[in-house]
Amino acid sequence: MTNEEILPGLAEIVEEVAGVSKDDVSPEKSFVDDLDIDSLSMVEIAVQAEDKFGVKIPDDELANLKTVGDAVDYIARNSS
Amino acid sequence: MSDDTDVVVTGIGATTPIGGTAPDTWQAMLDGRIGVTANTAPWVEKYGLPVAIHAPLAVEPTEVLPRVEARRLDRCQQVALVAAREAWADAGEPDVDPERLGAVVGTGIGGALTLLGQDDLLETEGLRKVAVLTIPMLMPNGPAAAVGLWVKARGGVHAPVSACASGAEAMAWAYTMIKAGELDIALAGGAEASIHQLPVAGFSQMRAMSTRNDDPRTASRPFDVDRDGFVLGEGAGIVTLERRSHAVARGARIYGTLAGVGMSNDAHHITAPEPDGEGGSRAIGKALRSAGLSAKDIGHVNAHATSTPVGDVAESKTILRAIGDHPVVTATKSMTGHMLGASGAVEAIATLLAVRDGVVPGTRNVFTMDPKIDIDVATENRTVPLTAAVNDSFGFGGHNVALVFTGA
Repeated sequence: MTNEEILPGLAEIVEEVAGVSKDDVSPEKSFVDDLDIDSLSMVEIAVQAEDKFGVKIPDDELANLKTVGDAVDYIARNSS
Repeated sequence: MSDDTDVVVTGIGATTPIGGTAPDTWQAMLDGRIGVTANTAPWVEKYGLPVAIHAPLAVEPTEVLPRVEARRLDRCQQVALVAAREAWADAGEPDVDPERLGAVVGTGIGGALTLLGQDDLLETEGLRKVAVLTIPMLMPNGPAAAVGLWVKARGGVHAPVSACASGAEAMAWAYTMIKAGELDIALAGGAEASIHQLPVAGFSQMRAMSTRNDDPRTASRPFDVDRDGFVLGEGAGIVTLERRSHAVARGARIYGTLAGVGMSNDAHHITAPEPDGEGGSRAIGKALRSAGLSAKDIGHVNAHATSTPVGDVAESKTILRAIGDHPVVTATKSMTGHMLGASGAVEAIATLLAVRDGVVPGTRNVFTMDPKIDIDVATENRTVPLTAAVNDSFGFGGHNVALVFTGA
């Protein structure tokens, strides 16, 4: 999958879990600093992303996904 | 006789099987609306449960709360928050030092839907499907914590747990803390939402629930000779309690006074009430003494009256022993069913409004009074000028709580 295909799906998950408008979920945004998403919500987003995109996001990888772009890149590299 | 250290009620909030707000619930009580309906959930048939009736909320909390907030809360936290926001707005969103503000919200069972639902997910779908907020959603201080976090109650957040007396006990503790000078304001009450196969199975196994499945409307019939158990309901009731001097200084509207509280324990049996009403009467006696009132001042009792064969008789003896045969007695649960840890709080609001309006809502579904019950049960709305009224609540574990309300 390409980054352009992944972003809207990830944005949907972020909106569902954290109530952040899909339009605000853009690659340069930091989950914690810009979107005000706490660590528990990040776990929930990761679980949903795993299901949606068929990837594994181990906890030590999750810790490195600071921005929406980081997450999109990770999913693009690891999705089957 | 009022004094500045009195504890007054400046806001009310409720969501119940008969109304989505406190005023709607009070009006429904006066109208005699019944919240008991057939329970068509598939698990009733699946497990062959003998009870196919319940009293679900009139208004779903998810219709009131923002979606993302609701999904992070157990249903018992959701109803607590709905009632708390109403009570806080109703009090005029008081400007108060957060360190002088408390939240005391009890529950009988707590986040049972989360506990049982997430265990199901663990067993069927595995670890990854278990919600990350499982623990804060299932913990019994969850409703208190949700309310305290929202209102910023830095003075203290507490969660008394005494089964079906929890909501009343929460008000008693909030009263005590305000009286002691620790708080100026507290949001206080109870919340419950545990209509689920396991609680229903457990209460059924105790033979505590009504099985009048063919006539849900008349299943909850406290004091009637043919009563056969309680009907499980859900809901929340929360009040804004405030030191009178604080309320007066900010020009708040005052509904009435929580004039006294009393608590005791039967220490008799884990579930059965002490049959002579001695334990409950000690709680009422303490409440009267703390209010500086005597039995003759009490014109009305909003009874716990769950519609169980044993409990209602024991309570009638409690009332006779502690107060006498003069108060006009009503049983709110004839309309709402039994909201467990929320019931005492919702009934406290009904007691407060009965004193304010000088009217006692009738107990519904009393077709033939139980001859063993010698108290004055109002079976229709009764207009009575009231100086003071008592609300009593009892919980498994022998807990007895009595609250005394007087006018503004």
